[in-house]
Amino acid sequence: MKPFLEISQLGKTYPTPSGKPAVIVEQFDLKIRKGEFVTLIGHSGCGKSTVLSMIAGLTDVTSGGIILSGREVVGSGPDRGVVFQAPCLLPWFTAFENVMLGIDQVYYTAAREERRQIAEYYLTVVGLADAMHKRPAELSQGMRQRCGIARAFALSPKMLLLDEPFGMLDSLTRYELQEVLLDLWQKDQKTALMVTHDVDEALFLSDRVVMMTNGPAATVGEILEIKFPRPRSRKQLLEDPFYYELRAQLIGFLEERSHHRPVHAAATPPPAVPPRRRNFLSSLVHA
Amino acid sequence: MNKFKLDWLILPLLGIAVILGLWALFSATWAKDLPSPLKTWESSKPYIVEPFAKRGEMDQGILRFTWYSLTLVAQGYALALIIGTPIGFFLGLSKGFTKTFDPIIQILRPVSPLAWLPLGLVLFLGTGKEAGTYGALFTIAICAMWPTVLNTAVGVRAVPQDYLNVGRVLKLSRWKTLTKILIPATLPYMFTGFRLSLGIAWLVIVAAEMLTGRPGVGGFLWQEYNALIYEHIILSIIVIGLVGFVLDRLMSLLEQRFKTA
Repeated sequence: MKPFLEISQLGKTYPTPSGKPAVIVEQFDLKIRKGEFVTLIGHSGCGKSTVLSMIAGLTDVTSGGIILSGREVVGSGPDRGVVFQAPCLLPWFTAFENVMLGIDQVYYTAAREERRQIAEYYLTVVGLADAMHKRPAELSQGMRQRCGIARAFALSPKMLLLDEPFGMLDSLTRYELQEVLLDLWQKDQKTALMVTHDVDEALFLSDRVVMMTNGPAATVGEILEIKFPRPRSRKQLLEDPFYYELRAQLIGFLEERSHHRPVHAAATPPPAVPPRRRNFLSSLVHA
Repeated sequence: MNKFKLDWLILPLLGIAVILGLWALFSATWAKDLPSPLKTWESSKPYIVEPFAKRGEMDQGILRFTWYSLTLVAQGYALALIIGTPIGFFLGLSKGFTKTFDPIIQILRPVSPLAWLPLGLVLFLGTGKEAGTYGALFTIAICAMWPTVLNTAVGVRAVPQDYLNVGRVLKLSRWKTLTKILIPATLPYMFTGFRLSLGIAWLVIVAAEMLTGRPGVGGFLWQEYNALIYEHIILSIIVIGLVGFVLDRLMSLLEQRFKTA
């Protein structure tokens, strides 16, 4: 079967004042099946968020390419629902209006009432039924991220990209939101790629955990299959001795093996690509 | 100093009393031509107790003069905002625009209203009798717009990348990016600019009226100087100060509203 998302030979380098470009990510290969939940795990600063950002189209690709359901990814778009770490809600809009902003973009042909129902549905599913007309400032961090999740799912995207979505939450809220996310993912049958540095989070959510080596020039280290049956319950998982075996493998990689690059990724510098000229308004978002 | 009951009222009154005392002292000693506070009050009384009286072109109640000045300021100020805000947005959005126009802005910015006014009069010579009004409007607008221009530009540059990323992921059109993200995010900065601009507009109107002889607080001040009624100069100064203070307070109330929004 053809992969749903195919990342091949992806690389990102930044020019530096010294003239020697800084290689963030190099020769990153990954294939994701439709409906799969994959997490990227690695030490902070290893470039996992850069990979996600390139798939989202928010960061330019230096080398290699990304193909999503048969089409090359060029630039950003609502076919990829992004859940940011800081939920990035617009503070001048209510939770409802934040979700509507995206829905208006995607379902511009639908009637206003229909669009409203979509927003209300997703806000209710994530547990914001009573708070959807509040501004982000009146919501707790956890509620804001619930809204961030609703906004991403409401776009009906081909794929979900989650950038450490629960990194700023306390552990109880994190557990709750992981379950909210998993429920929605199962219900909507989405393909998801999530960046995290939480081993338990990765094990609970994913079908596969992709471990990244440390930067600079980070790449895929090892891939771990997580074959627990779905729907999963945290309690069941914690009682399974195999869980601890997988956990030990993940931690073992992060503590010992993440410093070594796998042999297949030869460290050849990628060809330098001159930065593309941007037009007037799109230049502001890079400023 | 320790806080005590009514300090917010008593201390300012004390400050005013000190200044009044010094003023009385000076007018009684070395500045013989400076009218004393009492004389100023007596001479100003008809202008204050009948603030809207109209006894002649240059002999009207002080609030009536103030009203003339305020209407002119309002027009010039509106012009400054209408021109200044878009310029600020262009400066904030485009590096090329900034490189092109920033030097000239930095050169024009410190030019005094007194220098702009004659140019304004020349520009509108063709309008005949109305040249004074248009010249004054031109001067107010060009002097008052700089804080709006610069603060808006700073605000646009300070829009968090996160918000812009949301716009990019949703593929918002330019118009939507502007109205849903850029303008709301810049609003607090814009209002700081608006407040500073209003202060300048009020400074400029006095100078413009003095030079053009238009009826208004500034025109009144200059006329009474020429008529050797020095008490009214002081009256005008106090009124100008009070009005400026009230305008600034009103604007900062508005500014606060948008800061918290």
